[in-house]
Amino acid sequence: MMDMLLETLGKVIIVALPLLGVVAYLILFERKVLGYMQARIGPNRVGVRGIGQPIADFIKAVCKEIIIPTASSRYLFILAPVLAVIPAFTAWAVIPFNENWVIANVNAGVLFIFAMTSLGAYGILLAGWASNSKYALLGAMRCVAQVVSYEIAMGFAMVGVLLAADSANLREIVLSQSGGIWHWFWLPLLPLFVVYWISAVAETNRAPFDMAEGESEIVAGFHVEYSGVMFLLFFLAEYANMILLSTLAVLMFCGGWLSPFEGIPILGPLSAKIPGVFWLLLKVSVFLFLYIWMRATFPRYRYDQVMHLGWKVLIPVTLIWIFVTALMVQYGIL
Amino acid sequence: MAYFKTAKRFAKSFSLIELLKGLGVTWHFFVGKKTTVQYPEEQTPVSSRFRGMLAQRRYANGEERCIACKLCEAVCPACAIFIEAEVREDGSRRTITYDLDVFKCINCGLCEEVCPVDAIVLTSEMHYTIQGRGDNIFPKEKLLAIGDLYEAKIAADREEDKDSR
Repeated sequence: MMDMLLETLGKVIIVALPLLGVVAYLILFERKVLGYMQARIGPNRVGVRGIGQPIADFIKAVCKEIIIPTASSRYLFILAPVLAVIPAFTAWAVIPFNENWVIANVNAGVLFIFAMTSLGAYGILLAGWASNSKYALLGAMRCVAQVVSYEIAMGFAMVGVLLAADSANLREIVLSQSGGIWHWFWLPLLPLFVVYWISAVAETNRAPFDMAEGESEIVAGFHVEYSGVMFLLFFLAEYANMILLSTLAVLMFCGGWLSPFEGIPILGPLSAKIPGVFWLLLKVSVFLFLYIWMRATFPRYRYDQVMHLGWKVLIPVTLIWIFVTALMVQYGIL
Repeated sequence: MAYFKTAKRFAKSFSLIELLKGLGVTWHFFVGKKTTVQYPEEQTPVSSRFRGMLAQRRYANGEERCIACKLCEAVCPACAIFIEAEVREDGSRRTITYDLDVFKCINCGLCEEVCPVDAIVLTSEMHYTIQGRGDNIFPKEKLLAIGDLYEAKIAADREEDKDSR
């Protein structure tokens, strides 16, 4: 019993600690890429080429005072960032990094992740409500309405994957995509893939769907009243969610840890020698870059247009393509 | 015809072509040349006409140029210059006080334009600070010292711009 507990704890630490580091350096990466896309060079003063920037930022945030507004609901105000972070990290329990590298090999893994990403919205809602500020409340309302709408489209996109893979276990889903880049689900499920990605951007409240923050309209949305470490927690949750949804996109549509050269004469056996984690991380990085690339490119949606896109475009597209997927599975094309 | 138009609109929005074009634009900048100037180490070029810190010049023999005509005091729109004049032992008119308040000064350059002997000039130096209370008043000695320090640059700038002076 004790052994098992310790083993699980060890696995959790092996996953969670690097995740924190990745979040820290994702922020630096984002600032660098945004800078490059705006024809400047981004932070480069702390350490060699700005490599120490996340550490400096972290120390700064930790040293700052935590201000709790007098009019706020004190306990909910403190609870909210915790509620935002916990689901973002818990969901990693079922993510497989390689064929047998997973903390918990759960059969309903997709459902678990879906539940956890939905829970994140409560942290944001509570933050907006407990702050007792008009901007925070507006931001939280926008965020929750948006997350709820896009969750449906995202859920339907996942249904297509479940149909095609005939399993809700993430390991099985990846294994059913084996056989090279043309066997991954992104090609037969292309519309679902695109819908999933748009919903993923909306779910994490990233530009162009950053209605919850909307700094030019509602200052900073749900986290206007937060400072110091508590703000850092929201930041952490947002970036951990970004990485989570990128990883999920890779697992469900881009063959997870499988090498893209599988089945190609010389490259195939050669790439099989490289551990699967490498391919997984490489693909996840591509999606994270896409997140930042989209942020640098697109202007923020108007709120009613976000709703229009979610309900009137994405959901019908997924419904149609689920039907098509079902037919493809029925007639053995997939 | 209307159906055709709708179909075209659908094809256009569902292919996400406009969004991809937008991504292409940012990609172009991502790989392109960066325009950042690393400020303290590198600086953008400064024009010879740059109107920066003020200074007073001397002739080559060390005699100060200013003849206390008070034209600059009269023309200064910000009333930043205060002059008192007296006749020196050798009979020449010289200032005994020439105070420039750099807080009032708007670096318009009118004093330099109006000066008949090129005594008061605006250097191209912009990096200077006022650290103590009262240090904002530059007395004559300080202006002359600045002039001595930057004489080479001042003369070169005037030479470069001589056709339009």
